[in-house]
Amino acid sequence: MEEKIIAAVVVSAVAFFSVYALTPILIKVLGRRNLVVQDVNKKGSVMVPRPGGISIVVGIVASEIVLYLFFPISEILAIIITSILGFSVGIIDDRKPMGGWFKPVALAFCAAPILLLGAYDSNLDFPLFGSVSIPFLYMGLIVFMIPIAGNTINSIDVLNGVASGFITIASFALTISLIILQNYEIAIATLCLAFTSLAFYKYHKLPSRIFPGDSGALTFGATYGVIAIVGHVEVIAAIAILPAIINSFLFLSSVKKIVEHRETKNPVSHTDDFKLKTGDYKNVPITLVRLIIAKRPLSEKQIVTEIFRLGIFSGVLAIITAFMMGVEV
Amino acid sequence: MTVQIYGFLCSMWILILVGGGLMVLLVGPISFRDYVDIDPLINSGAKIILALFLIFIWVFILTKVKNWIFKAQIKS
Repeated sequence: MEEKIIAAVVVSAVAFFSVYALTPILIKVLGRRNLVVQDVNKKGSVMVPRPGGISIVVGIVASEIVLYLFFPISEILAIIITSILGFSVGIIDDRKPMGGWFKPVALAFCAAPILLLGAYDSNLDFPLFGSVSIPFLYMGLIVFMIPIAGNTINSIDVLNGVASGFITIASFALTISLIILQNYEIAIATLCLAFTSLAFYKYHKLPSRIFPGDSGALTFGATYGVIAIVGHVEVIAAIAILPAIINSFLFLSSVKKIVEHRETKNPVSHTDDFKLKTGDYKNVPITLVRLIIAKRPLSEKQIVTEIFRLGIFSGVLAIITAFMMGVEV
Repeated sequence: MTVQIYGFLCSMWILILVGGGLMVLLVGPISFRDYVDIDPLINSGAKIILALFLIFIWVFILTKVKNWIFKAQIKS
């Protein structure tokens, strides 16, 4: 146990401080190269550097490599390779925006290391009822899980600090759940993601000094998805990000096809004092933000706080579910 | 509206628990090989179709719950 505590402290420090130190340098470099985008929710023409995915992937990969030195298991190797592949898909989309189908299809291939390394268990665990063995269906599930996780986190990256803050909350909830289930190695691997996102949140929070871009959001999502698979906590991981899943579900059920969010009408507009309100036009996608501001216009800060509250609530549900895993009816 | 979103979150959570229960109790133990002599691969394929059917019903129920909870907002 002592070795595990030391590993947890070391990898958490590597994840946090590598991102904390690298991101300001990245902000300067991106600014100098004019790799900036407009923050549409701010008055005037506020330009923000993008993508911050580079520092995110460095934080995750560096800390996971250190963890691999402590515990050389195939699960951690799968996390490292899948994270890098997820980042690669995102950086391609950051450089040249691709069609709506590009990311899901490309992210499906990112699941290959999990299958090739055999870093999965074909039993799917459910709370209260035990597990079910579905070898063939589970392989399909692996292929779907990374695109779903990646695009779910990407779809919630709409306001300052939401993606990084939300994944921080979900990752800590998942870490606690994995500790409850006594899966300590993967719990420590999840800490790498939690501390990377926490350090990035410092620069991403309102007002953002950097945006993660698709490369950052997809790295977060792909890493989260692979941890869910190798840690055998697929159901718990899904529950921890339920608000983001709701966002994707509402979007897809209103648009009724897979499209890049850039291709749809913006579901929100601004009041004179630059609060966000629901758009006045019809046939716009329904999103989580649109539901939050349905009653009255809210400031960006108020909406972000509300999304974090929802994240904490679903994190608690995930931890309750982890306790329920040990109970069979 | 926030209360409705929390309500939808809880509905999804309960649906996940119930859906998981159905998977374990229904799809897991079922074996068509008890009745007919078929290849294990076909047996698995049949279980996949059954699981996909359950997922379809799950999404259908979730859509109905969503329409019921957010009826005012989804009309626009």
